[in-house]
Amino acid sequence: MRHLLTTEGMARAEIESYLDDADEFVDVLARPIPKVPALRGKTVATLFFEPSTRTKMSFDKAAKALSADTVSFSPGTSSLKKGESLKDTVLTIEAMGLDLIVVRHEATGAPWRVAAWASVPVVNGGDGAHQHPTQALLDSLTLRRRFGGRRGGLDGLRIGIVGDIRHSRVARSDIHAFTALGADVTLVAPPTLLPLDTTGWPVVTAGTLDDVLPELDAVYVLRVQAERGGASVFPSFAEYRSRFGMTADRLRRLKPDAVVMHPGPMIRGVEIDAAVADDPRCLVLDQVANGVAVRMAVLFQLLGGTRGDASRPVERPAERVLVGGEQ
Amino acid sequence: MSATLITGGLVLEEDGPAVADVLVVDGVVADVAPDLAAHGAEVLDASGCWVGPGFVDLHTHLREPGGEYKEDIASGTAAAAAGGYTAVVAMPNTDPAVDAGHLARFVAERGAAAGYVDVMPAGCLSAGRRGTALAHLDELWEAGVRLFTDDGDSVEDAGLLRRAMEYLQQLGGVVVQHAIDRGLAAGGHMHEGTVSSRLGMQGVPALAEEIVVARDLALVRLTGARYHIQHVSTAGTVALVAEAKAAGLPVTAEVTPHHLAFCHDDVATTDPVFKMMPPLRTAEDRRVLRAALEEGVIDVVATDHAPHAPHEKDVPFEEAPNGVIGLEWAAAVVSSVCNLDAETFFTRMSITPAAIAGLADHGRRIGPGRVANLVVFDPAGEWVATTTVSRSGNAPYLGRPWRGSVAATMLRGRITSAPVGIRR
Repeated sequence: MRHLLTTEGMARAEIESYLDDADEFVDVLARPIPKVPALRGKTVATLFFEPSTRTKMSFDKAAKALSADTVSFSPGTSSLKKGESLKDTVLTIEAMGLDLIVVRHEATGAPWRVAAWASVPVVNGGDGAHQHPTQALLDSLTLRRRFGGRRGGLDGLRIGIVGDIRHSRVARSDIHAFTALGADVTLVAPPTLLPLDTTGWPVVTAGTLDDVLPELDAVYVLRVQAERGGASVFPSFAEYRSRFGMTADRLRRLKPDAVVMHPGPMIRGVEIDAAVADDPRCLVLDQVANGVAVRMAVLFQLLGGTRGDASRPVERPAERVLVGGEQ
Repeated sequence: MSATLITGGLVLEEDGPAVADVLVVDGVVADVAPDLAAHGAEVLDASGCWVGPGFVDLHTHLREPGGEYKEDIASGTAAAAAGGYTAVVAMPNTDPAVDAGHLARFVAERGAAAGYVDVMPAGCLSAGRRGTALAHLDELWEAGVRLFTDDGDSVEDAGLLRRAMEYLQQLGGVVVQHAIDRGLAAGGHMHEGTVSSRLGMQGVPALAEEIVVARDLALVRLTGARYHIQHVSTAGTVALVAEAKAAGLPVTAEVTPHHLAFCHDDVATTDPVFKMMPPLRTAEDRRVLRAALEEGVIDVVATDHAPHAPHEKDVPFEEAPNGVIGLEWAAAVVSSVCNLDAETFFTRMSITPAAIAGLADHGRRIGPGRVANLVVFDPAGEWVATTTVSRSGNAPYLGRPWRGSVAATMLRGRITSAPVGIRR
């Protein structure tokens, strides 16, 4: 059974294959009717045990653009409140007849458990501070479309990931995807926000943003996660901004063609200035748009689609009638 | 009269191991000599096996009273017998906690009724394991308790621990510490290091253990109390124990089979079967633990057999309770990963733990007149288990090959387990 659980150890060819398919789906999404029949009759379930709007919506949109049906589950209204175990929840909804499960969970490794219990492909929609592989794919696609076009990887790019890396599943996923695609990654954070031990990680670390700023092709700004124990990990938001914030002044000191990225949601005025967020070199909205295409590619591949029929348009009987009327 | 003749094994006699036959009559060793005649006794062929005192576990969670869905005294002691044990010390963190005499008597009586091994209850150090006031130490002592611990939690309050040490020093009881600093361990699920950083999981630093042990050793120096450190997991703790012993302090230490067998790299799978407290440490810590057991810096192997029901463990790692079972594999793990001769093996598994617990009829070398609490252990026997005798299945040992199998266990002359290898 093929799952998408982590970017760690993922082969460059596998990542590029997702990105190549995603590029085609970017085109599909630009059509007047942004929908293909590739997964008609399939059902995709989103199980989000942790609050999320954009990722869940993005998966929903991706599934629907492939003509799959979607069902969703949120713990607030579910039998988990009545004491049902995660395993029983998964087995119960799988018994309704699902073809793929997207799971987000606050506990590290939860998607691996779900994959062990379920008999359908599982996509990790984010687990703890561990992995968020579709985010890494959409970030890679965004960078590739900006710098490399529609083929290959991110060879030679220097990417700085700035902020709360210790508690970031985005960083842990991006690091492996970016470096597998040939980029160099620098982690920039105060010691309290760096992982405790990065021995063996394919990265270098830096203590100040200003030192590395002129060399970077992309500054990947992470959200300051107040809810993940933000208290007392740095002295104040003002001091954080002065050392690690992506300010308008720092934007001016970037290389002319360098870009700024952020996984969202942004906290303007802390990790990123409003002027930077609204600058054309900030690719946040490209990331969101590419997220749908990447998730289409993931659903498509895991549900057994093959290249070639991916972007075939939906047949539309109504349109044919209209064409006939014109004769 | 019931009689059993155990033939051809390497027997741990008073002067050391020698190949001999052991004749057991009515629960007592009647004779130890080569080529004894059976005279109608049941014969157990122990060729190639070691015959020694039954194993003694200083650290077993039998879960009764209160947690019978995980394990009860009968099922847990059956697992112990299967693992070659003839005595276990039952941890007092049950519901209710064993902090008074009648509760200790209940555990001992249930153990005797089950009949697989002798069950010695451990008692709490503090009332209700709340860490604020002393438990009923005198009552517990009179009920046969010799080991006192709030296992599952560290005794945080140094003042309380000092009073417990002073009080028990006079009685002769052993203060047993589950050494983990709550503040340093807060929120942690695994060893703090490379793997926790990779997984983005909060870690429990090695220091959380070492800082408590260092403090406690200062109190031992002050009070002279007998002090036993549970489940040593770090190289730093091993160094502290070595130093304390060199200084002549009355300190003993145990290591679990899981800390000898596995390390934090195994946690990378996020399989909750590798979740326990203290957590699996680094491969280097594991190497130091194995060496410390071989050299005797660590005195004994203790299982920390901690049963949990499948529905409790088959959840995401961070939501799973701590603990693995181990009674059925402890001897096999020690035999597989450590280099111990028969003499040292039985010293770590039987003789020293029985001495620490004050169990007079256990951990004794095999000789005429001794109570026949024995194990026949095949150090070369390779086996793979796929099921457990324990009621719970949270065993990281399942499905893996181990070298060293229990051929038979005997409690007062009666065979309590003979799973494999015995030809009758």
